[in-house]
Amino acid sequence: MIAIELRGINKSFGPVHANKNVALNIERGTIHGIIGENGAGKSTLMSILYGFYQADSGDILINGEITKIHGSDEAIAAGIGMVHQHFMLVDPFTVVENVMLGAEGGALLDKGIDKTREELERLKREYGLKVPVDALAGELPVGLQQRVEILKALYRGAQILILDEPTGVLTPQETDQLFRILNALKEQGVTVILITHKLQEIMAVTDGVSVMRGGEMVAHRKTRETSKEELAELMVGRKVLLKVDKEEAQPKDAALTVENLSVISADGVARLDNVSFSVRRGEIVGVAGVSGNGQSELLAALSGIVKPSKGSISINGTTVTAEAPLDAAAFRDLGVGHVPEDRHRMGLVTAFTADESAILGYHRDETFNGPILMKRAAITEDCAQKMADFDVRPPTPGLKSANFSGGNQQKIVLAREMARKPKVLLVGQPTRGVDIGAIEYIHKNLVAMRDAGAAVLLVSVELEEIMSLSDRILVMFEGRIVGEVDAKDANERMLGLMMANANPETESAASQEPIEEERNLGAEA
Amino acid sequence: MDEFFILVVSTLDATIRVAAPLVLAALAGLYAERSGVIDIGLEGKMLAAAFAAAAASFVMDSAWAGLLAGVSISVILALIHGFACITHKGNQVVSGVAINILVAGLTVTLGIAWFAQGGQTPSLTNDARFSPLIWPGAQAVKDVPFIGGLYTEIISGHNLLAYVAYLAVPLTWWVVYRTRFGLRLRAVGENPAAVDTAGISVTALRYQAMICCGFLCGIAGTYLSTAQNAGFVKNMTAGQGFIALAAMIFGKWKPVPAMMACLLFGFLDAVANRIQGVSMPLVGEIPVQLIQALPYILTVILLAGFIGKAVAPKASGIPYVKER
Amino acid sequence: MSASSGNIPRWVDVGLIPLINILMAFFVSGLIILLIGEDPIEAVGILLYGAWGTDYGIGYTLYYTTNFVFTGLAVAVAFHAGLFNIGGEGQAYIGGLGVGLMLLAFDNSLPLILIVPISIMASALFGAAWAYIPAYLQAYRGSHIVITTIMFNFIASALMVYLLVNVLIQPGQMSPQSREFAETSWLPFMHEALAWFGISITRSPLNLSIFWALICCALVWAFIWRTRWGYEIRTVGFNETAAVYAGINPKKIIILAMCVSGGLAGFVGLNEILGVHHRLLLNFQLGYGFAGIAVALMGRNHPIGIIFASLLFGTLYQGGAELSFDMPKVTREMVEVVQGLVILFSGALALMIKPTVERIYAVITAVTSGRRSAVEG
Repeated sequence: MIAIELRGINKSFGPVHANKNVALNIERGTIHGIIGENGAGKSTLMSILYGFYQADSGDILINGEITKIHGSDEAIAAGIGMVHQHFMLVDPFTVVENVMLGAEGGALLDKGIDKTREELERLKREYGLKVPVDALAGELPVGLQQRVEILKALYRGAQILILDEPTGVLTPQETDQLFRILNALKEQGVTVILITHKLQEIMAVTDGVSVMRGGEMVAHRKTRETSKEELAELMVGRKVLLKVDKEEAQPKDAALTVENLSVISADGVARLDNVSFSVRRGEIVGVAGVSGNGQSELLAALSGIVKPSKGSISINGTTVTAEAPLDAAAFRDLGVGHVPEDRHRMGLVTAFTADESAILGYHRDETFNGPILMKRAAITEDCAQKMADFDVRPPTPGLKSANFSGGNQQKIVLAREMARKPKVLLVGQPTRGVDIGAIEYIHKNLVAMRDAGAAVLLVSVELEEIMSLSDRILVMFEGRIVGEVDAKDANERMLGLMMANANPETESAASQEPIEEERNLGAEA
Repeated sequence: MDEFFILVVSTLDATIRVAAPLVLAALAGLYAERSGVIDIGLEGKMLAAAFAAAAASFVMDSAWAGLLAGVSISVILALIHGFACITHKGNQVVSGVAINILVAGLTVTLGIAWFAQGGQTPSLTNDARFSPLIWPGAQAVKDVPFIGGLYTEIISGHNLLAYVAYLAVPLTWWVVYRTRFGLRLRAVGENPAAVDTAGISVTALRYQAMICCGFLCGIAGTYLSTAQNAGFVKNMTAGQGFIALAAMIFGKWKPVPAMMACLLFGFLDAVANRIQGVSMPLVGEIPVQLIQALPYILTVILLAGFIGKAVAPKASGIPYVKER
Repeated sequence: MSASSGNIPRWVDVGLIPLINILMAFFVSGLIILLIGEDPIEAVGILLYGAWGTDYGIGYTLYYTTNFVFTGLAVAVAFHAGLFNIGGEGQAYIGGLGVGLMLLAFDNSLPLILIVPISIMASALFGAAWAYIPAYLQAYRGSHIVITTIMFNFIASALMVYLLVNVLIQPGQMSPQSREFAETSWLPFMHEALAWFGISITRSPLNLSIFWALICCALVWAFIWRTRWGYEIRTVGFNETAAVYAGINPKKIIILAMCVSGGLAGFVGLNEILGVHHRLLLNFQLGYGFAGIAVALMGRNHPIGIIFASLLFGTLYQGGAELSFDMPKVTREMVEVVQGLVILFSGALALMIKPTVERIYAVITAVTSGRRSAVEG
C-alpha cells in the first residue's frame, strides 16, 4: 500500500528551479529517508507537501487519491503532520496549549485542555512520548521541544509524519530516543518521512531512501541494499571537474594563525568550538563542510563581524583576543579582505549604485574622501577601473547593484576585496549562483592572489571547488575541525564522508560528548 | 480629617471616571498588539467615535444611537488599519499616524459642515447621554461614615459605559486566557508561523483582533463625548489614546495590570487637578505639568528596561509573509 | 526599500505609482468636499488663488512651506537610517525653546549677525538633544523608538507649559508667553528684506528662514549622498548586516541620524520664534512635526521632492485658510484630512496598487508587442 506518491512536482522561485520534476513513492508504515546536501530542494519539497508552497505543476497522491493541498489545514486534514526544522512552538505557551492550538475542540478552553491532557497521556503510553505537559515550551530542552512537535502532529491524527532535519539540534542520546519513537510510530502504521543530510541516520533508521541533488530526485534505494559510500557519492554527485591551472604552492610564513577560537552564541551554544589552524602566505586553505557547521561563524570571527568568545586570532603579528576584540574596519586595516558568503545580505547593498557598493567597507579611505565630502569622481573612476580589471558587465558604475547578474555582482565584491592587496583573503562561497564563465575567472583570480603572496582561506560547500583550488583542506563539522588533508590526497568520497562525520575515527569522537548546537543555520535556498 | 476623607473620596471618584476610557482604549490596544498589529491609531479611533457618537446622539436624541455610531466608525477605521497592515503589509506605524491625522481633520471638517459650531457638536440633552446610575440605597447610606462615602461616590454614581469599561477587564482576561480565540490571539502575536502551520488563518485572526480593538475604542470615544461630556469638542481626546497605549505597555500587554496602569495614570491626573497651587510639605509646590507628564516619563523609563522589562509580543509590528 | 521587482520599468515604480497614490488621496479628499456639500473643483480654484493669487498669499504659503521643509527633511534623514522619527513635534518645540532661551539671554547684548548663527546652533542643538535620548534608548537598550518619540512629544509639551507658565512668563502677564525680544534681534521679514532693495510687498510672516530651509535642503542632500556619514546612514538603513560587515557601528549611526533629524526639526523654532513671534509661546509647532511624515513620504525622502511636497502642503495650508472665507464649511482642518489621506495612500497603502499596475503593464506590453509583431508579420 502506497501512503504517499508524488508525480512530476515542479517549483521555481524566480530564476531558481528548486524542484525539478520530482517523483516519489513511499510505502505505508515505513520510514523513508530523503537525503541531499543543503540547497538540494528537500525542504521545498516538504513545504509543498505541507501546503506551505504550491507546486507549479505535478500531483500529490495520498493513499492513491490525488489530493490538492492549499494550506496547512488541508495538509492536516489529509493526515499529514510536520516537524519543522525550526520548531513552530509558541514559547510562552505550555505544552498542552501548544498541542491544542488549532485543534481546541470548542470555543472554550477548559474542556479542550482536559481532553488534550487525556490524549497526551494516551500518546505517552502508546509511544513512550513523555513530556512535562504544564511546562512552558520555550523553557524545555530542544529534544523535548521536538517531542512536543511530534505530539502536535499525532494529536491531529497524522498518519504521515514528516521530520525536517530532526537530529540537527539533538544530542546523540536524544537522537537515539527519537529513533525509538519513530520505530514505535512505524509499528503503529504511521508513515515517517525523514529529511536529513546525515548518512548514518539513514542507515540506522530508514527502510528506504531517496537522494536529491540540485532540485532533482537522483536515486531511490532500499536502505539494506545500499551503503554510506554509495549514498555519499550520489549526494555529492560526479560533476565535471573544472580544471584550475595552478602551480605548486610556495607557502611561506603564516599570515593568519587561529588558536583555540570559540564563538558562543547568545543562547549559549558553541557555534565555533575550539578551532586552531594557520594559513601561510602563498597558499589556499579550503574549508569543506556541509553548510551550517560553523563555517559562517569562522568567517565572521576572522573578519571582525563577530567577537570571539575564547581564543585568539593573529594576523601578521597582531593578535586579536576575546578580551581585546576589533571591529570589521580594524580587521580591514590589518590587511584582511573578506568576500562574504552571502553577497546580497552582506557583500553589497543592492539598493546602492555599483560604485557605492564597490567601496563598502573602504568608504572611509582617504582615496575616496575629502575633508567633508566624498570624492565622487574618484569613487566612480575607481569602480570603472575595477570593472575593467574584472571584466564586469555592463561596465557602468552608476547602475544599481541589484541590476547586475550574480556573477557580475560577485566580481564587484571580489574586485573590491582584492584591490588593497590583502595579506589575508577570506573567501566564502565565491561562485554560488555564478555562471560558468565567471566561475573560471574568479578561480583564476584567487590563484593569482595566492601567487602574489596572500594567505587565502576558502570556504565552500562545493567540494569540487575546494578540491580544485585548495592546497590544504580542513573539514568542519559541528563547529569543529574534524580533519585536515593535503589537497593532493583528497577525493570527493573521502571528504564527503568526513563532512557527514561518517568517518569512523571522527564519529566516535563526536558521540562522546553531547552536542547541543543548531546546525544548518543557513536555511536551504 | 473629615475634609481629608472627602478629598480622598473625590480624588478616587475622579480617578475612576478619568481612567474608564483609558481602560477601554488600553484593552483595545491589547487585542491589536497581542495579535501582532501595532496600533498607534487608538487616539484617532477614539476621537472619531467621540464625534460620531455625539453627532448621532444629537440627531437621533438617543445615547444608544450614539454608541452604535461611535462603535461602527471605530470598527471601520480599525478595518482600514487592518486592510493596510494585514492585507497589504503596509507599515503599521505609518498607517496609525495616517488615521490619527485624518480623523483629527475630518471630525472638525464634518462638525463644521453639519453643525456649524466651529467643529463642536451641539450640547446633548440628558436623554441623549449616558447619565450616572445611582445604585440602590446610595442616598440612604450616604451619610454613614466611611462606607457611605465609598459606596455613594466610588461604587455608585458612574455612568453605564464606565461600568462597561471595568467589566471589560475581567471579560478580556477571560477571552484572552480562557477561550479558543484568546489562545489563538496570544499565539499569533508571538509566532504567526506556528498558527499558520496549525492550519489557522493568520489574516482572519488579525482582522478579528482589529474588530475587537475598534469595538473597544468606539466605546471609549463614546464615553468621552456622551457620558463624560455633553458633546464633541475639537481634539477632545487630547492624547488619551497615547496614554492608553502607554498604559498597555506599562501593563505589559496584560488586562489587569493594564487597568492598574490606567488607574495610576487616572489618579495622577486627578491629583494634578487638585494640588495645583498647593504647597506640599517637604517638597513644596509640585509642578502640575510634571504629574501630567509622569505617565509618559514612566513609560519611557519602563521601555528603557530600568523598571522590570516590557517585552512586546514577539511578532508585533511585523507583517506576516508566508512565502519568501 | 527592497530591490525593484524588475518586471516594471523604473519610471512606473518611482514615478507613476506614487503619482497614482497621491491622486487617490486627492480624489478621496474631493469626495469628502462633495459630501459636505461644496464643489471640489471650485474649491481647488479658490485654494490656488488664495495661496498664489496675491503676494500676501504667496508670503503665507512660503512661510508654511518653510516649516514643512524642516520637518520633512527631519523625517527623511531618519528614514534613510531605517528609523521612524515621529517625535518631530517635540523636537521642533524644544528647538524653539533653545532659540527662545538664547534670545532671552542675549537679545540686547549681541548684534543680529551673531544672533542668527547662535540661534541656528541653539535650535539644532536643543532639537538634537531631544532626539538623542530616544535614539540612545533605541540603540543601546532596544526601546522602540516610535513609542519613545511619541512619549517625548508629550513630555516636551508638558515641559514647555511648565516653563512658560511658571518660569519664563512675562511678569505681570496672564497669557503664558515670554517677554518680547529686543527688536534688533528679530530675523528680518521678507517684506523688510525686499524693502532694502526697493521692492515692496505686503506684510506676511515669511522671513529669511526660508533661505536657511533651502540651504538645509542642499546640506542634507550633500550629507546623505556625498559624505561618508551619509553613506553609512544609508548602508544601515538599507542593510544592517552589510553595515556591520563594512565595519559600521549601527548603534552610533542610529544616534547620528536621529540627532541630525532632531536638529532639522528644531529649525521650526527658528522660523517661528526668531522669525515670526519674537517671543517664546505655546504650541507654535503644532502639527508640523506630523505633517513632516506626509511631506517626507510624498517627497520620497529626497530634498527636491521634499521642497515640492512642502510647497504643496504650504499651498494647502494657506489656500485652505483662505478657502474657509469663501466656503465656510471647508476649513484649515480639511488640510489635515488631505495630509492623513496622503500618508495613508502614499505610505501605508503604498504597495496596494503595485500588483494591479504590474498586471496592466504586462497586458499593455503584451498587446503592443503583439501588434508590433503582427505588423511586422
